[in-house]
Amino acid sequence: MTATANLTAPSLEQLAPHVNPRVKEGDLGTAQMVLLGLGIALIGAAWAMGGDHFYFSYLVGFMGVLGICLCALFFTMVQHITRAGWSITVRRLAENIAGTLPFMLLLFIPIVVGFGKIYHHWAHAELDPLKAGYDAVLHGKSSYLNSTAFFARVGVYFAIWISLALIFRRGSIKQDQTGDPAISLRLSRIAAPGLLLFALSITFAAFDWIMSLDPHWFSTIFGLTYFAGGYMAFFAFVILLAKWLGTKGYLKDAITVEHYHDLGKLLFAFMVFWTYTNFSQYMLIWYANLPEETRWYGDRTQNGWGAVGTILLFGHFFIPFVYLMSRHVKRNGVALSIGAIFLLIIHCMDMQFLIMPTMGGHAAEGAEAVHDAHEAVMNISFGEQMNQYMHHVSWMDFGCFVGLLAIVAGLTILNVRRTNLVPVRDPRLAESLHFQNL
Amino acid sequence: MSNTTKWGIVAEFESPAAIFKAAEKITAQGYTKVDAHTPFPVHGLDKALRQGPSHLGWIVICCGAMGICLAQLMMYWMNAVDSTSWVSGKEPYAWPSTIPITFELMVLLSGFGAVFGMFGINRLPRLHHPIFNHSTIHRATDDRFFLSVEATDPKFDSTQTARFLESIGGKHVEIVEE
Repeated sequence: MTATANLTAPSLEQLAPHVNPRVKEGDLGTAQMVLLGLGIALIGAAWAMGGDHFYFSYLVGFMGVLGICLCALFFTMVQHITRAGWSITVRRLAENIAGTLPFMLLLFIPIVVGFGKIYHHWAHAELDPLKAGYDAVLHGKSSYLNSTAFFARVGVYFAIWISLALIFRRGSIKQDQTGDPAISLRLSRIAAPGLLLFALSITFAAFDWIMSLDPHWFSTIFGLTYFAGGYMAFFAFVILLAKWLGTKGYLKDAITVEHYHDLGKLLFAFMVFWTYTNFSQYMLIWYANLPEETRWYGDRTQNGWGAVGTILLFGHFFIPFVYLMSRHVKRNGVALSIGAIFLLIIHCMDMQFLIMPTMGGHAAEGAEAVHDAHEAVMNISFGEQMNQYMHHVSWMDFGCFVGLLAIVAGLTILNVRRTNLVPVRDPRLAESLHFQNL
Repeated sequence: MSNTTKWGIVAEFESPAAIFKAAEKITAQGYTKVDAHTPFPVHGLDKALRQGPSHLGWIVICCGAMGICLAQLMMYWMNAVDSTSWVSGKEPYAWPSTIPITFELMVLLSGFGAVFGMFGINRLPRLHHPIFNHSTIHRATDDRFFLSVEATDPKFDSTQTARFLESIGGKHVEIVEE
């Protein structure tokens, strides 16, 4: 036995006896079932009505919600590696959201089923040089972009994510019983390689599942833009979840206005970071003006997608930038929740903007025809573009996102009910309970 | 040298908890020109001193907005008016190309606003401050916590204020002269 083995952290009961550490037996069960039921009903309805469109809508919802779950894992690891004190009371919620990642593997099944339809541009590409329609670019990429490698990578990504999510959640729950500070040390050591694996896996997952929809196109910053949007959405989601638990009488004295203020700052920061990465991508492509790169943005001026681009510029940056700037908004529960809901909707539109324009897109056409088509829509007004967008957008794009978000929320509540609401024996719990912004 | 005026009263405390409690008590008495001098930030102390929010944010946002306008004006003048040139098919004043400079100038002027605004509000730089006349004030950078009440405070009274500071645990309570 070493000396540290005898040290234990004080428990929540000693530090703050008025904080309720657990959800009452049977409480929140209705909300959990309603959310799960709503989610399954929405996905089911979309699947029954959708046809091919369903698979693309499902991908929009899946990637939007997956970003939230993955970034919950990222948040947990960052708090460990920085040995952060302020966030201890929030961390259990993040662990519980990341704890839904095993179910995300189950929810990946519709994408496996629709694989041939969603990724048809490269999954059915002609790779024989002697045949008509031969695609030399895809031939060159075929050692990476082929279905065997694709599904092998799906396995690797989920293996990394699920094992990291379980390691961090189980370690934290074990500490609830033992109060052993060595667990915190061990998790902070795992967080370093964990973050490295996370960064690589989320980047390549974004390449595989979204960027490959337009298999000729490439952008090295693409994984980062996906992460930035997902991390912002995670903060929006965790703010709403904690606020909702607050109305039910839980976590009110553990996650205080000071914590919301900081979560609001991070929400603001990663909303801006999304803009930063997306503008970095846009400006380099605009500046270099190479047809193989610009066509991706060209496609997003067609069929009214230009309107969505404009909405994202204002809705994902200018409006929330002004709105969330003030500390009074971040410290006001209702105002912050409105911002969070708004940004979740915008996050869904962001995924839609990335994914939907590739449905039945122009990938097979010659660059010249595409260029002419793009020229033609350059001068269409916002209202006209919005009209076009409304014509072919489907309720399913939003329905799948809301449905999957409801499922993940339901599963998170299931996790919340089975564990303590905060890490009750974390050595930094006292610091978090008394946390104040300067 | 005989005609010295009082600047205020300074008292020494031994711990962050002690100065925090003392700050709460003295502001509860109605004193307003109270300040704390500590070796490190003490959480919640500005609330205990009943200090309002800083005005620095307004200076920073004005400087930032000025940076945006200046950058846009500068690039518009240079690229579209004074020395018009078309480079690789881009318009002379194409907005995407102006964003990085606009961002940088906004950050630069905001930074200037934050630093020099702080200097202005604190009346810095200055070579000397009356509080340095206190006998143990040098320990404010080491292990002691100081509370000062300025003579311009409407409630200030050299004997009563000093007695009050002693009653709430202050050591080395001294009247400091300008």
